[in-house]
Amino acid sequence: MGIEYLILLLLVFMLFALLIAVEARDLLSSVISVGAGGFALSVIFLLLGAPDLALTQVVVEVVALVLLIRLVVTRHDTTAETPRDALRTGVVLLAGGVLLVGVFVAVGGTGAAGTVPRLGEPVMATADLAAGQTTPGQPVAARYLARAGEETGAANAVMAVLLDYRAYDTLGEATVIFVSILGAYAVLRRIGRRGRKEATI
Amino acid sequence: MTSGMTPIVKNTARLVSGFIAIFGIYVALTGHISPGGGFAGGVILAAAAVLIVLAFGRQTAEKMITESGCHLYDAAGAAGFLLVAVFGYLAGGFFVNFLARHGVGTAGRFWSGGTIILSNLFILVKVAAGLAGAFLALAAFRRAHMPDGHPGEES
Amino acid sequence: MGIAIYVLAFSVLLVGLYAVVAKKNVIKVIVGVLILDYAVNLVLVLVGYRTGGQAPILENGQSGAELAARAVDPLPQAMVLTSIVIGLGLTAMMVAMAIRLYEKYGTFDMNRIRSLRG
Repeated sequence: MGIEYLILLLLVFMLFALLIAVEARDLLSSVISVGAGGFALSVIFLLLGAPDLALTQVVVEVVALVLLIRLVVTRHDTTAETPRDALRTGVVLLAGGVLLVGVFVAVGGTGAAGTVPRLGEPVMATADLAAGQTTPGQPVAARYLARAGEETGAANAVMAVLLDYRAYDTLGEATVIFVSILGAYAVLRRIGRRGRKEATI
Repeated sequence: MTSGMTPIVKNTARLVSGFIAIFGIYVALTGHISPGGGFAGGVILAAAAVLIVLAFGRQTAEKMITESGCHLYDAAGAAGFLLVAVFGYLAGGFFVNFLARHGVGTAGRFWSGGTIILSNLFILVKVAAGLAGAFLALAAFRRAHMPDGHPGEES
Repeated sequence: MGIAIYVLAFSVLLVGLYAVVAKKNVIKVIVGVLILDYAVNLVLVLVGYRTGGQAPILENGQSGAELAARAVDPLPQAMVLTSIVIGLGLTAMMVAMAIRLYEKYGTFDMNRIRSLRG
């Protein structure tokens, strides 16, 4: 129970950091606040029982911060004052969103039969695990957890799911990473003679 | 970004980047027994390359980590992952864990998991080369180029 | 408590959406896309959380059925793992586009870019 309070505290911190990131007038401060929010997110992942994700999020955050800080630190452009209608948009969006979540929860109900699962009770199958069967239409997560050790030999169930049970999806994700890196190359391609000369000064 | 940083930073980077690279490879290869896996390991290895580029400057780092080399390893990693998938046909279907057919080994030891180690290796190569290459391409644009071609002021 | 955590995570999503929609600076839009990415990953992992659960890694001598009874859901974690790295690729591409924009127009402000077009 104490862990959920800690998660709540870290979420509040993350929300503050991201609000500062969005509203700060100086671009460098805004980028550094996003970094702070990302590191808070990695601690939240660790508390939610996902050590792979915490590790990946920390390293990805470091590399993303390097990219963003290098972008912003030599290019001077402070943002203008936030105009009145932008703030109004923000407040309307926030109120509308919270209202939507409230309506969802009130009408559908929480728990396994409702629309929003109660936090802490994941919807996993509880059927006959010893025979490796689940009732059709039930989620397969419990079957993967129970049989990952014997069928794939991997102790890390997340890796077993990612690279054996659902390896086709990982192929798709590797393709998406390939395409996004290609997009970065394509945008930067024509440096030209002028750019090369400037870069050697 | 030509001259890099002071000698203290350069020597530290020279010493430390090897450890970071080894750590990244370790995290990727032991993905099946401990948290991490190919994606996290690839990003850590790319971070070692980023350290080299930042400390030594793009001109010097280009001698060690060429951009065309990164393209080659990126494509090779993706092709290797596809090969692992196609070799699964030996055991019955696309992406079937063909090395695990004859006994998977005890979960928790290193030599277990069948093709998971191979997949992690190829993903490591792919992600690291892709990110290092993208950073090298971005490193050519460190100083702000103003629209009429002159570089912007130093910060 | 669970509802409060869900509402906060959804608010992070709304903050990101606000930054993408209502801000006039390219860097703020990039920051907004990053925040949207964090929020989506967070909500996905939150759905799979089990109170007092263990991470989905088989410990020494533990049987599969015990793991299935005590561990958190591994499926959302597997999907979010690749999503985080894809977010990094996306950041690299957006930074490249921002560099090109500054090079051509000399500013990050979208109103001035719109008036300078050409």
